[in-house]
Amino acid sequence: MSSVATEPALHAGNYRGRVARRLVVLAGLAGLLVLSVAIDVSLGPARYAISDVFRTILAPGAADLQMRVVIWDIRMPMALLAVTVGASLSLAGAQMQTILANPLASPFTLGLSAAASFGAALAMVLGVALFPAALWLMVPVNAFAMAMAAALLIFGLSTLRGVTVETIVLLGIALVFTFNAALALLQYFASEQALSAVVFWTMGSLTKATWGKVAVTAVILAICAPLFARRAWALTAIRLGETRAAAMGVPVKRLRLEALFLVSLLAAVPVSFVGTIGFIGIVGPHVARLLLGEDQRFFLPGAMLAGAAILSATSVLSKALLPGAVLPIGVITALVGVPFFMVLILTKGRKSW
Amino acid sequence: MVKLALEQLGARYGQREVLSDASSPWIEGGVLTALVGANAAGKSTLFRRIAGQLRGAGAIRLSGATESDLRYMPQDTAMTAALTVYESVILALKQGKGGWRLTPSELTAVDDVLHRFGIAHLAEQQLPDLSGGQRQSVSIAQTLVTRPKVVLMDEPTSALDLYRQFEILEALRQYAAETGAVVVLAVHDLNQVMRSCTTTIALAGGRIIATGPTLEVLTPDLIRQLYGIDSRVERCSRGCPMMIVDGPSPVEFQV
Repeated sequence: MSSVATEPALHAGNYRGRVARRLVVLAGLAGLLVLSVAIDVSLGPARYAISDVFRTILAPGAADLQMRVVIWDIRMPMALLAVTVGASLSLAGAQMQTILANPLASPFTLGLSAAASFGAALAMVLGVALFPAALWLMVPVNAFAMAMAAALLIFGLSTLRGVTVETIVLLGIALVFTFNAALALLQYFASEQALSAVVFWTMGSLTKATWGKVAVTAVILAICAPLFARRAWALTAIRLGETRAAAMGVPVKRLRLEALFLVSLLAAVPVSFVGTIGFIGIVGPHVARLLLGEDQRFFLPGAMLAGAAILSATSVLSKALLPGAVLPIGVITALVGVPFFMVLILTKGRKSW
Repeated sequence: MVKLALEQLGARYGQREVLSDASSPWIEGGVLTALVGANAAGKSTLFRRIAGQLRGAGAIRLSGATESDLRYMPQDTAMTAALTVYESVILALKQGKGGWRLTPSELTAVDDVLHRFGIAHLAEQQLPDLSGGQRQSVSIAQTLVTRPKVVLMDEPTSALDLYRQFEILEALRQYAAETGAVVVLAVHDLNQVMRSCTTTIALAGGRIIATGPTLEVLTPDLIRQLYGIDSRVERCSRGCPMMIVDGPSPVEFQV
């Protein structure tokens, strides 16, 4: 054939260059994340010099008590919860989009967030605890239980015969409307005080961050991410289409079920802690896809880093926009994120989503 | 040399029987084998059954190869993933293997298959930017990068221009000759079959009605039975066999 004349090593070389460029992009994302977290920790109603903040982080024993409490017990958990929640939601969205072959799939669009909001509202409006044993954690436990129930419903239905990915997406959308209607009904009957609590919760907020929440979300991320990583080749192959992937020997059905279960866990826990932060699950994966492509070896860490960096940057903005006030982060994510996202997808002009 | 034989294969979608009692003698490797039949005759079903994607009655016999040496290339479908051609072929190579790193020999295998099928210049292109014909060539590279010994390809040339059809069929013929692999192609162009494929399997209504040397199988009678078309098989001035279509068979027309 005529093209045999080309030097065979050429494309392997191009490939190595591409890998190197992607590692640089990942390092860049990680750098942005670190920078954003540093700014996040140094921002707040009490003004401290950045150098003091770092001294307190590195040597807490030497700092004065007030500063130590502000940095270590308030700002650090908030800043780190933004990282773990952002990474979890983005990873969940990335894998939902992968296994459902749908660029709109995310914890938000498939009804998990709506279910969580409804669960939280049950606690705040009616005082109903789905697990009475954990009364003091009523709101997050309810939210988690409802989100997980919604996820398991989708999961269960997807195992039925003849259920396609399109059906799953439609089911998810039906769930969004159902839970939103149920939530509206609760709000209609709620007392004024409960109503404002519900509204605040659904806006999403990191202000109730604790080290415990950081640890729980981090552990779940640390369990799920390696499980996805082990299936990197198969997950990437699924994006070539179900039949192609099956022809390559990928157990498509089993992989989809496993992934759906992990995704449910990844999405339900953060949402139960911080409320509705919808946008990250869509925008994080899309940013990673545009920067790195869909080879899961890069896409997977990229989606986590992008989600974490975006939520962390949003956390910074939510404090910086109105001095002295912390705006609800779910609102800021959408307001600031959407224009940025629009520019990104419109200027790239790729045919892949 | 690799050999493949089918014994009373069956397959059903729900209640509907799509494949029944499909048997063939030993099909020899090293040459191209055509699978011909009308639309919905069960060609894809037969491939999927052999590839293990469908369960059903019967047995598949392999000589000189194991089940893991078998690759099936489904019919062309759109690819929307944000991957380059090169990456998509790597993907096919690394399926089922551990490790994120690629060895130099693996990269050589990818380069080699891209050159072999004339798509090395597409290596850095994004999949969604490919034309239908380019995508089909990429599918072929994805299928053969693992150097399988039994290859089932569902319409590998349907989107290719005439020149590329010849180029690809010649490359496939070379591949079969080099590796001794059984290469079965579902193809609609019977003239192309006569020119390139040594053996032909004819499928009608979910049953294999003939298997053998192409010119013995593709008789006017069989072509009428398969497609309801009246035709003649004649020699062109250079001696190569050609099918000349006279038109739809009158009997079929009345039906």
